[in-house]
Amino acid sequence: MAIIESRGLGRTFKSKRGTVAAVSGVDLSVAAGEIVGFLGPNGAGKTTTFRMLTTLLRPTCGTARVVGADLLRDPVGVRAGIGFVPQAVGAVGGGSDPNSTPREELVLQGKLYRKPAAESVRRAEMLIRQLDLSGFERRLIKTLSGGQRRRLDIALGLVHSPRVIFLDEPSTGLDPQSRSNLWEHIRRLREDFGATVFLSTHYLDEADALCDRVLVIDHGKVIAEGRPEDLKQRVSGDVITLHVDGDPGLVQAALGGRLGIGEIARDGGTLRVTVQQGGRAIPELVRILDAAGVTLTSIQLVSPTLDDVFLTLTGRCLRDGSPSGQDGPAPAGIGPDGPAPAVALEPGEHSEFPGDHSEFAELGERAAAREREEVAG
Amino acid sequence: MNFAHDTGLIFWRQMRLSLRNPVWTVISLLQPVMFLAFFGPLFASVFNRGLVGGVGNAYGYFVPGLLIQLGLFGSASVGFSIVSDWRYGVVDRLRVTMVSRLAILTGRVLRDVFVLLVQSVMLIGLGTAFGLRAPLAGIAIGLGFIALVAISLSALSYGIGLLTKSESVLASGLNLLIMPVILLSGIMLPLTVGPGWLQAIGSASPFRYIIDAMRQAYMNHYGGATMTEGLAVAAGMALVCVWLATTIFRHENAR
Repeated sequence: MAIIESRGLGRTFKSKRGTVAAVSGVDLSVAAGEIVGFLGPNGAGKTTTFRMLTTLLRPTCGTARVVGADLLRDPVGVRAGIGFVPQAVGAVGGGSDPNSTPREELVLQGKLYRKPAAESVRRAEMLIRQLDLSGFERRLIKTLSGGQRRRLDIALGLVHSPRVIFLDEPSTGLDPQSRSNLWEHIRRLREDFGATVFLSTHYLDEADALCDRVLVIDHGKVIAEGRPEDLKQRVSGDVITLHVDGDPGLVQAALGGRLGIGEIARDGGTLRVTVQQGGRAIPELVRILDAAGVTLTSIQLVSPTLDDVFLTLTGRCLRDGSPSGQDGPAPAGIGPDGPAPAVALEPGEHSEFPGDHSEFAELGERAAAREREEVAG
Repeated sequence: MNFAHDTGLIFWRQMRLSLRNPVWTVISLLQPVMFLAFFGPLFASVFNRGLVGGVGNAYGYFVPGLLIQLGLFGSASVGFSIVSDWRYGVVDRLRVTMVSRLAILTGRVLRDVFVLLVQSVMLIGLGTAFGLRAPLAGIAIGLGFIALVAISLSALSYGIGLLTKSESVLASGLNLLIMPVILLSGIMLPLTVGPGWLQAIGSASPFRYIIDAMRQAYMNHYGGATMTEGLAVAAGMALVCVWLATTIFRHENAR
């Protein structure tokens, strides 16, 4: 039973140069109890889709039902059943006021959901404990750390025990420790609160670590979806890196053309072999090399990351949306259902770390998205 | 009554923020207080020589102008807070709850009206020390006008703030609005001492009618066309501004 379901949901903005489709016809379905990741580069349409699904922005086409309520006919019903944690860039965004205290904001938020005062206070105190904000609840929010603020933002989205919580870029701008701590809390949203979690991210490791299922969005359209491991399997295949003593050409000759073995890239004494299923291929590889009389000095299996998936799907890196030619090898030109491609990436080459993302670029993107909304009006 | 409940919640939230930083309330009082102390005596001596054309108590003529000026600067600049709230994500966080869209505006406006009335009472008290003499009923009517001015300007300011989402646009807009209003509404000196063309331009400013009506009230005159005009202009201005702001605050919501 889908708790979020959209059909052809879209939003166009009018700009000076004409109409721009920020989101063009998104079909998606999220089942109750799932943790689903919405993955895409900046400007792909993640935030716009979230703002539509949370009743903050009116769609220009399509329909959606969220927690059983129709988005356009019963927005109040939608609001009652969902929590939304807006995107934050450093101390800006996220939803809390720097000159208030966490306790004040949480109690107010409960009351805004029309909960009685006593219940709002009780709930606020519970969330303060559960999201490790004890001891800070009466301090001004501007004195809290980034991680504490983000946990408060999430608590604000939980005051009314929503069935679904939308997290827009939950860990952007956090240091690695606060980030993994936040992930723990996000996992517990399902365990402790029974909530369905729909989160947007442009960090692949985040989607990989948290999500049961990933929707990949690019240029306002969902271009792929599935479990992270299936997506990776479908698109890339695994890469086995071999170091050999002796003539690597001999190895290439011995392995070439075998079933399940894709491209073999050679770099000095190192060989990178693309295979469909690394775990099964390794014993086979070792047997072949043994028979050919080649001595292995090391063997390493690298599974593709969602970065590779995105690169293969779009020909661009997720990190900055730039053409792959600028900062990575060209993608293999095959579709999602094709054979294992020969994407020879350095392990971790496209892995994403929060530190290498410009906060200012993101702020600009968010502001631009809001401006587009305004122009539309 | 959800709307009243929601308005109350937003009102108290904004009040709490004002009380946490009362220094702003005091700072915005400084300008009219300086006018009262350093310009008031000059005005009084000119007034008492009959050069201004008014009769009666000089400060009864002068203080209403200061009150309008206080309202202009105070209420009109409240829009900056909605720009920063929008930037902090607070506006979205409020809008995603079941709170009435309109209450996000009315709760704030109510706080601004309250703060301005408190400031006005303080200014009137100080004015009395300088020599203001006015009937209590007149002062109360004057406060009513001030409340309407506060509703108009603060609603308009929030509307422009939320529409442009830019402090710089709001600041230039305010300058564009406030300077001509101050010069053309007879806030410092009545326009009647000026040439005919200046009076003609001044008659386009709604504040001109409001200030005339307030001065009448301070002189214990409650009937007459001036009072009716002032009331109609003040109420009309409030209605138009609140309607505009409401449209902006409701804009883009899925209802």
